[in-house]
Amino acid sequence: MLSRVADSLYWMSRYIERAENNARIAGVHLQLLLDLTNPSGAGPQQQWDPIISSLEENEFFSSLYDNPDGKAVIDFVSLQEKNPNSIHSCLTLARENARTTSEQISSEMWEQINRLYLFVKSDPAKKLARTSPYEFFKLIIAGSHLFQGITDATMTHGEGWDFIRIGKLLERADCTSRILDVKYHILLPSGEKVGGNVDTIQWMSVLRSCSALEAYRKLYVGQVAPWKVAEFVITHADFPRSIRFSVDSLDAALHRISGSSETHYANEVERLSGRLRSDLDYVTIGDIFKFGLHEYLEQIQERLVEIAHGMHESYCANNEVENLATE
Amino acid sequence: MGDFFSDYQVGDFFDEMFAGPGVVRPHYRKLFARFKEMEREEFERKRAHAASASLTQGVTFTVYDDDQGTERIFPFDLVPRIIPAEEWELVERGLVQRITALNLFLYDIYHTQNILRDGVIPKQIVWEAAHFRPEFMHFDVPRNIYIHICGTDLIRDKEGTYLVLEDNARCPSGVSYVIENRQTMKRTFPSLLGQYRVRAVEDYSQELLNVLRYIAPGGKTEPTVVLLTPGVYNSAYFEHSFLARSMGIEIVEGRDLVAQEGRVFMRTTMGLKPVDVIYRRINDDFLDPQVFRKDSGLGVPGLVEACRDGNVSLANSIGTGIADDKAVYHFVPKMIRYYLSEDPILANVSTYLATVKEDLSYILDHIPELVIKAVNESGGYGMLIGPQATKAECESFRERVKRNPRNYIAQPVVPLSRAPAFCDDSMQGRHVDLRPFILSGEKVTIIPGGLTRVALQAGSLVVNSSQGGGSKDTWILEAEDGAIGFSDLTT
Repeated sequence: MLSRVADSLYWMSRYIERAENNARIAGVHLQLLLDLTNPSGAGPQQQWDPIISSLEENEFFSSLYDNPDGKAVIDFVSLQEKNPNSIHSCLTLARENARTTSEQISSEMWEQINRLYLFVKSDPAKKLARTSPYEFFKLIIAGSHLFQGITDATMTHGEGWDFIRIGKLLERADCTSRILDVKYHILLPSGEKVGGNVDTIQWMSVLRSCSALEAYRKLYVGQVAPWKVAEFVITHADFPRSIRFSVDSLDAALHRISGSSETHYANEVERLSGRLRSDLDYVTIGDIFKFGLHEYLEQIQERLVEIAHGMHESYCANNEVENLATE
Repeated sequence: MGDFFSDYQVGDFFDEMFAGPGVVRPHYRKLFARFKEMEREEFERKRAHAASASLTQGVTFTVYDDDQGTERIFPFDLVPRIIPAEEWELVERGLVQRITALNLFLYDIYHTQNILRDGVIPKQIVWEAAHFRPEFMHFDVPRNIYIHICGTDLIRDKEGTYLVLEDNARCPSGVSYVIENRQTMKRTFPSLLGQYRVRAVEDYSQELLNVLRYIAPGGKTEPTVVLLTPGVYNSAYFEHSFLARSMGIEIVEGRDLVAQEGRVFMRTTMGLKPVDVIYRRINDDFLDPQVFRKDSGLGVPGLVEACRDGNVSLANSIGTGIADDKAVYHFVPKMIRYYLSEDPILANVSTYLATVKEDLSYILDHIPELVIKAVNESGGYGMLIGPQATKAECESFRERVKRNPRNYIAQPVVPLSRAPAFCDDSMQGRHVDLRPFILSGEKVTIIPGGLTRVALQAGSLVVNSSQGGGSKDTWILEAEDGAIGFSDLTT
């Protein structure tokens, strides 16, 4: 497969996953605000701060909006064309990447991505995002799921499909770590206890952002406890949005591409992903809290960046003439 | 009922559907009957469906001088253009004859140049042609085929006679719309299509791939074929990606290829992989900055050398532009007589060459009645339609022709045939042309039909997509239309 095409498939997939995750975070936060009747008297800005902080976009956000209320935040994450990570921008970039590879993906995939792009650009979509943002986010999430389903059902599960998976899984692992980290940014209202009502609701929203609340409930009967939530979304082996699951699958996809066994590494990117994979396989939640949850998540994010970089180096950087393939 | 055709004006033109006011030509009768029973709402629904389908499929082209979202849908008119079998049979024979002569001409021009020695074509016409490539003299192209893919534009005059307007022998585009248009018609008018026996167009991509494999270097049996595109911002990118997909080959940009020691490779995730045949959708000028335009970032340095060494084959070959020069066009009927000793089956539109003294003075005296064309332009650019031009425009072309006669030809305004198209809420006669696609490989194959382009502006004669044109599906009927209608079954 052409290096350029592999790169575009990877980015197409990353951007769609990013759009979906933005919709998830914002959608859950909307609900969270309804649950909490502003007990601390915090202004609208404070209530939305965690979202903006988690995206690491505070200054850029304040530069765009005079009145930084909930409406502004929703606009920023959904439709703002100046925000390169808004749902609108992500879908535009996803579609642009799909267009340069549209002979590699199935026509059903291309039509779905194009449909989603045309939707987010349309006036009805803009109106929906303003008047009923929750509905808007749900449509984006469903659109992304439809794309993933179509991808699995209509594209050969070969090299191109694996690059698509890698893009999705890297983005997902990164995003799950950020969702968990949002909780770190939320200051408990004064007078509230750790493990109290508000705290529990906030931890539940973390699970909901990852579609993990129901799966969590099946595993842990009883109260939603912070360390259990963190354990679940970081280290669960089989839940499809946990960080460990994403990294395991990502590592497997890399090995399918190179054809090397999962017990060894054939190149730098496999060494990096294998190392992160085994860390996640063997770490305990006790280790993580001892290290510091925020610090641990930050470290994961850094290592995901290294993997993305390594993949680009191994497969997509322009091949120099030296490594002339034999016929 | 919809009452689509009750106010239809046949006008003073050859009409594809009507022989006279209210007189439907036999091969259009079933279509006429179908529209007669159709409600407006049903037709509107079909139109909306067709438009939204092309939008989601991204069937678009790019307009250059327009910064407002560069992608546009190529407008599609739902009334098909129907051509009976015997009419098409003549066109097909004419096109085979023409492409055969053009390929012989190119071989001759790049070898012994007998046609110039024998004075059939003036030497200067060839020597001064912008797309003549003297650096490729005595170079043998695989299987001696120069033009593998040709798009020849046909029009019909007032009597309905088919005439050749021009040959596009470099990188003709439009064939993807032919295939997409048929898909749309299958979804919107399935029963009407079923009533006619229409020849299929879908196997074009397979035929094209056969041609590309046929010209592989050294007759290699499993060659690696790629399509070279200028990139996603090219106006025909949709088509490039469509064709690559339907042939199952890679679509590459210049930066994906590298030439090394006379061979061409593509950069893949598994290292460099050799390439054998390139279906290039980039003009000669941009192919290789070492040989042609130095400023081209689209091409591949060293590609031409690899091609000269016989390690990679190009379709179309380098230097075919000489065959679609509009001054050379004038001589195609003579080429046919010269190489094939046959009378041309399809006639040219009569042409005045500004390089010929008598022709030049005629042109200068009659500009407001003529169509003036720059010899190397296409896409409706660089031309003047005298009767529709202002005085100032005519004057400016007079100066240009005087200054550079080799660059211009003139033709009388041909009143192109018209076909009904749905415009402004009613059926109206609109001018059409037809671009069949001709493939030359082991044998010559022609797509049954081709792209019917329609000038959607009332009165306009310019059908190019870049100038507000649209397209129609083109139905070539099987010989002896033996479709079994309902009435046949009951008797």
